[in-house]
Amino acid sequence: MNLNATLLVVIAASAIFYGTPLLFASVGELLAERSGVLNLGVEGMMLVGAVSAFWTGQHLHGPDWVVLSAAVLVAALAATATSLIHAVLAVSLRANQIVSGLALTIFAGAAGLSSYLGNIGHLGGHARLHEFKAVDLFGLGQTPILGPLVFHQNALVYASWLLVPLAMFYLYRTRPGLHVRAVGESPETADAMGVNVAAYRYVHTLIGGALAGVGGAYFSLAISPNWVDGMTSGAGWIAIALVIFAFWRPELALVGAYLFGAFSSLAFTLQARQVHLPPEVFNSLPYLMTIVVLVFVSTGWAKRRLGAPASLGVPYVREER
Amino acid sequence: MRIERRLTTPRWLRVVVPVASLLAALVLAGVMELATGHDPIATTSRLIDRGFFASGALSATLVTATPLLLTGLAAAAAFRMLTWNIGAEGQLVMGAVGASGAGIFLHDQAPVLIIPAMMAAGGLTGAAWGAIPGLLRAYFNTNEIITSLMLNYVAGLVISYLIFDSHSYWRDLSTFTARVFPQGKYLGPAASWPALGAGSLVIPFGFLVGVVSAAGLFVLYRYTRFGYEVRVIGDSRAAGRYAGMRINRKIVAVMALSGALAGLGGASQIGDFRHVLDPRGLQQAGYGYAGIVVAALAQLNPLAVILVAFLLGGLTNAGYSLQGPDFPAGLVGILQGLILFCALAGELLVRYRVRFRRLMVAPA
Repeated sequence: MNLNATLLVVIAASAIFYGTPLLFASVGELLAERSGVLNLGVEGMMLVGAVSAFWTGQHLHGPDWVVLSAAVLVAALAATATSLIHAVLAVSLRANQIVSGLALTIFAGAAGLSSYLGNIGHLGGHARLHEFKAVDLFGLGQTPILGPLVFHQNALVYASWLLVPLAMFYLYRTRPGLHVRAVGESPETADAMGVNVAAYRYVHTLIGGALAGVGGAYFSLAISPNWVDGMTSGAGWIAIALVIFAFWRPELALVGAYLFGAFSSLAFTLQARQVHLPPEVFNSLPYLMTIVVLVFVSTGWAKRRLGAPASLGVPYVREER
Repeated sequence: MRIERRLTTPRWLRVVVPVASLLAALVLAGVMELATGHDPIATTSRLIDRGFFASGALSATLVTATPLLLTGLAAAAAFRMLTWNIGAEGQLVMGAVGASGAGIFLHDQAPVLIIPAMMAAGGLTGAAWGAIPGLLRAYFNTNEIITSLMLNYVAGLVISYLIFDSHSYWRDLSTFTARVFPQGKYLGPAASWPALGAGSLVIPFGFLVGVVSAAGLFVLYRYTRFGYEVRVIGDSRAAGRYAGMRINRKIVAVMALSGALAGLGGASQIGDFRHVLDPRGLQQAGYGYAGIVVAALAQLNPLAVILVAFLLGGLTNAGYSLQGPDFPAGLVGILQGLILFCALAGELLVRYRVRFRRLMVAPA
C-alpha cells in the first residue's frame, strides 16, 4: 500500500498547503498587534495582494521564478501601501482601530478596491499563466510520509518555514524585538526608554500589510486557478482569530494555521473520497471551528491572557499619559 | 502645531464633520478614478444624478436605503455600547430565512396576519443569530468581532444549503424547471408588503418600519433606564460595573437587539422586494457591512441614521445600477471605505483641537 496516499498524509499535506496563506497573514498581524496596533483590515489587504499578484502574473513575461517572485513582491508592496492608511489613522490620527480596520476591509475587500482593480485589469475569465507548483526538494518527494509533507511543497511554503523562526528570533532575541514588545505592552515605558513609539507602530503595521499581501498572493498564485472577487473568503478574519489562538506567538501561529488549513482542505479531500455530505457542511467548518477554538482559548486555562499585548488597540498620546 | 483634547465639542462640528467627510470621500474617489483612467467629474455627476435626480431615482434609492437604514441602526445600537456586532450581514440573511419561512407557512392567511408574523419571525431569527456572539462574549469572553463575522459566512452557507443543496421547506419543488434550477418558493401576493405612493415616489413599507425603529431606538437609548445603562457601559465599562449594572446581560440584550434590527432588514428584503428566498441576491449587496458605514457617519445617532442611510442608499443604488465598462464594480466599496476613513479622520477634529502656535525660542 502506498503510504503517501493514505487519508491522514493527504490531509496533513493539504493542511500545510492551505494553511500557508493563513500563516503569512497571521504572523504579519501578530507583529502589528505586538506593537499595539490591531488591524482588522487583513482580509482587505490580502485581497489587494491577491489581485496585484494575479495582475503581475498575467502581464509580466519571463521564466516562472522571475515572474512569481516579482508578483509576490508587487503583492507585498501593494498591501503595504494599503496598510499605510490604517497606520496613519490608527497611529497618527488616534482613530478607533476597530472601525479603521473594518473600513480598510470594506475599502479594499471583495466589493471594493480589489474587485475594482480586477475589473479594470480584465482579470476575470482567464486562466492564470504562472503558478507556484510543488517543488521536489532534494528528490525526496516520494519518501514515505515525510515526502509529501516536507519535501514536496511550493516555494512559498518553504519561505513561510523561514519566516516563523525569523519572527521568533526577531521578537524574542533582538533589541528591536524587545522594543516592539515594550511598545505593545506599555508605550509610556518604551517612550521613557527613548523608543520611538509611533515609528515602531508604523513599521510593524506595514510589515503586517506586506505579509498579508504575500498571503493574498498565495491565493491567486497557488490556490485559485483564476481571478474571482473575494477569493480569500474570510481567510483574513481567520488569520486574526489565529493570532488570539496563538497567544501572540509565531510558533503557535504555525500550529493554528495548519489546523485551519486542515479544516479548509477537508471539503476537497473527503469529497474526492466519496464522502457524501452537503458541501455547505464542509465549507462552514473553518468558520465554525474558528468560533469553537476562540471560545476554547478565551475561557478556562487560557483566561490568564497569556500574551495579549496590554496596550493592544489603545492609541498612545504622550500628553495624555 | 499642537493637538489637544477638547473639553467641549461645538454643536456645529458634529454636523459639519460628517458632511465634509462625505464630500472628501467623493473627491478622493475622484482622484482614484483619475489615476485609473476614468473621468472623475463625469462619473461623480452621473452617480449623483442616478442616485437622487433622475426620474424614478428617489424610489430606487429608497429600495437600497431601506436595508441600509435597518443595518445602520443595528450597528448603531451595538456600537454605542462598544459591542462590535459586525454580523449584521448574517443576521439580515437569517432574518430573511425566518420571514420567508413565516410567509410560506401562512401563505393562505390575510395580509394583516402574515405581515406582522413575517416581521416578528425576521426580527426573532435575526435576534437569535445575533445573540450567539453576544452570549459567547458575555459568558466565555470570546471576541465578538470575529465570532459575529464568522457567522456571516455560516449564514451564507445555511441559506445556500436551504435553496441549492436540500429539499427544504423554502425551496420550490413544484415544477420540473424549479427542481433543475433551484429557487425559493414564491411567497404569494398576500405576503407582499404594501408600498406607499406619494406622487411618483414609492416608499417601501420596510422604510417606514425602519423610521419607526429609528425613533424607537432613539427613545430607548435616550430616555429609558436600559438606554442609560447602555450608554454608561459604552462610555466606561468599569463605571458600569462599579454601579452594579449587569454588563453580561446587557451585552446579550444589545447583541440581540442589534440582530433583531438587521433581521427586520432581512424580512423587508423578502416582504418588500424579493418575495422569494434568494441566496445570491441577498448577499451580493453587502448591506450588513454598509450598515457600519452608515452608523459611523451618523455618529451612532439613530435619527441621523435615517438621513445617512438615504444619502448612502442613493450612492450605492447609483453605483450598482451604473455598473458597466466605464463604471467598474468595486467603486461602491471603495466609496464606502473612503467615507469611513474620512469620518474617522474627522473624528479627530471633533475630539481634539488643532492649535497653531509658534515654537518657543530659547533665549540666546
